[in-house]
Amino acid sequence: MKRIPTLARAAGVAGALSLVLVGCSSGGAGGSASGATDDTYTWWDPYPQHERGSDWEQRVQACGEDAGVTIQRTAYDTTGLTNQALLSAQEGTSPDIILIDNPAVSTLADTGMLTTMDELGFDTADFDENLLDAGVVEGDAYGIPIGANTLALYYNKEILDAAGVDPATITDWASLDAALAAVSAAGHTGITFAGINTEEGSFQFLPWFWGAGADLRQLDSPEAVEALELWTGWLDQGYAQQSVLSNSQNTTWEEFLTGNFAFGENGTWQVNSAAEAEFETGYIQLPARDGGGAPAPTGGEFIVAPVQQDTARYEVTSQIIECMTTTDGLVETAQTFAYYVPSTEAGQDALLEAEPDLEVWVDAVRAAKGRTSDDLGTDYPLISEQLWTAVQRALSGAATPQQALTEAQQAAESATS
Amino acid sequence: MTTISAAPRRAGSGAGPGDPPDRTRRGLRRVRPTQWAALAFAAPLLTYLVVFYAFPLYRNIELSVHDYNVRAFVQGNAEFVGLDIFRDVVGSGTFPVAVRNTAIFVVVSLVFQYALGLALAVFFRTSFRLSAVLRGMFLVPWLLPLIVSASTWSWMLNGDNGIVNSVLGAFGIGQINWLTDPSLAIWSVTIANIWLGIPFNLVILYSGLQNIPGDVYEAASLDGANAWQQFWRVTFPLLRPVSAITLLLGFIYTLKVVDVIWVMTTGGPANASTTLAVWSYREAFGTGQPAFSPAAAVGNVLILVALVIGLVYVQVQRRQEKAA
Repeated sequence: MKRIPTLARAAGVAGALSLVLVGCSSGGAGGSASGATDDTYTWWDPYPQHERGSDWEQRVQACGEDAGVTIQRTAYDTTGLTNQALLSAQEGTSPDIILIDNPAVSTLADTGMLTTMDELGFDTADFDENLLDAGVVEGDAYGIPIGANTLALYYNKEILDAAGVDPATITDWASLDAALAAVSAAGHTGITFAGINTEEGSFQFLPWFWGAGADLRQLDSPEAVEALELWTGWLDQGYAQQSVLSNSQNTTWEEFLTGNFAFGENGTWQVNSAAEAEFETGYIQLPARDGGGAPAPTGGEFIVAPVQQDTARYEVTSQIIECMTTTDGLVETAQTFAYYVPSTEAGQDALLEAEPDLEVWVDAVRAAKGRTSDDLGTDYPLISEQLWTAVQRALSGAATPQQALTEAQQAAESATS
Repeated sequence: MTTISAAPRRAGSGAGPGDPPDRTRRGLRRVRPTQWAALAFAAPLLTYLVVFYAFPLYRNIELSVHDYNVRAFVQGNAEFVGLDIFRDVVGSGTFPVAVRNTAIFVVVSLVFQYALGLALAVFFRTSFRLSAVLRGMFLVPWLLPLIVSASTWSWMLNGDNGIVNSVLGAFGIGQINWLTDPSLAIWSVTIANIWLGIPFNLVILYSGLQNIPGDVYEAASLDGANAWQQFWRVTFPLLRPVSAITLLLGFIYTLKVVDVIWVMTTGGPANASTTLAVWSYREAFGTGQPAFSPAAAVGNVLILVALVIGLVYVQVQRRQEKAA
């Protein structure tokens, strides 16, 4: 009989263990900023490549010291960060500051987890409106662009020279088509871009879509059809390969680096890689249909401030953001990341003074447009999904550009209504 | 025993009439600790089952009958909408495409994986020189990380520069856009999936073959059965139980495949190679706006299909046992 108490004791341990398990799964709700105290402010960003002790981390810490607090920085990868932000908001443990990819700002703002810059007491007047717009929902700015990147058209100078094409003459769609015909005749593939079945497909199509004068609220406009016909035309003429249908932006860049392609549509972030290519490269702004630079979509992170129970924290948060976005600060950020263009005019001028080569990029960013701008906000992802589906259907020959876009418009309307 | 029984005995000697109820209470007391002990021992398992099986299942159903968007996810106030989400899913233009693709993907994969796996298992049954090495090599698809094998397949099937097209080109066959032609994409991913699934079928069927006694074949050959007859009259019938479980497991695994298709085509071009599982994944994680409710609804449809096939299996199993 003595066995029973022993058994019971063992059982008690086992039972307690399972209670601990249950406890773990239900714990964590409630509370305030994770690990934050009065003089510790929490900061999340999507730059795990900048480790502890890096220039970036030191700048962040310096801004904390200026405001008289310590900053506890955590880096996540880009997609993980959005999920982390949502989870922390659900549990009421949001950090003080998040640097987040710009299309996610309106999604987070929609959940009510972000303060407006007004509530925070931060003046947004200096920032370029076209960049700021990506974080504006119903007239309120929910974040500050810390810098911006966008798309341009890289070219392989050796191929263009051999085919007798001067990149400076490419200013509209007609001159681009003529250049593509010339390099094709010389036996090269004209252009590569990313038409993949994800957001990247929409991102790369938008400069042509907007460059034709189309509007995301009207996917089946004649301008939109023209833009899609430009892409399908390249495929039909053999200027582009079938692989564009499955190319991500990275794969399309790898294709361009093989040296067989005259042009490649890609972003600022490839500038260093382009300089190291085995052939001479250059870049021009993506042309609009009737000439001039096309508005390309902006990429890049926003600084946002999640809502805190203790609103007294906002003052310091605002100081930290201020410190990160001074003209010097923006230029420093641009140089740290190599692919960022400052988000204020003063910052852009200062960057150009230091690095005049970047003029094409600064022009491209000035002409650029946020995907969630025009008050599209959280409708953008829904419309974008239909847009890349239409691009895929047209490029694969499943439908004509007109059919594909008409159906996309219907689907987008029913998704956003 | 001594400490526990000491107290009642003393009580019993004190008061006669109080004895019977006391004994029952003592009985209860004696049973209780063991029951509690049993329960406590089962508790870790029960907790595990509840936390990792029952709760996700419940949550999946809950997600699919509420209108969860990102806002509701954070604020926890999703509206109950009953079966509206299921109606939207079934009424959507993607649904018939996804069902057709799922059917092609699952049925064609299963038939070829099983047939080829069985053929190889029979082939390797007679051991010959290097048979162990060769058999080991057939397991490679299983050992490779999926991202590696799926990427390799998508390079091989690349329409412009793929090795498959360059081989076909040597025979004068023009460019085939395996992954970007809307009518071909689903077949291309199915071919890759067949290759991935053969090792699983080979291993299980091979071990099933080991359990068929050699005497049966001896008797069959004495009766004058040739190799073909031996296969159809001996091997195949005796392998039936193993075949049934192989097909059931294969069905469930294939039904929920996302990775191979996602890496090779992301379900495209457009929806041309989107199966129900890929659709569910895309709704939840593939766009900038997570739509958890439709994703969960599609996931529930998949669970139902798997459940139905599971029940069919149980039924077949029972009939076989009765027959035996």
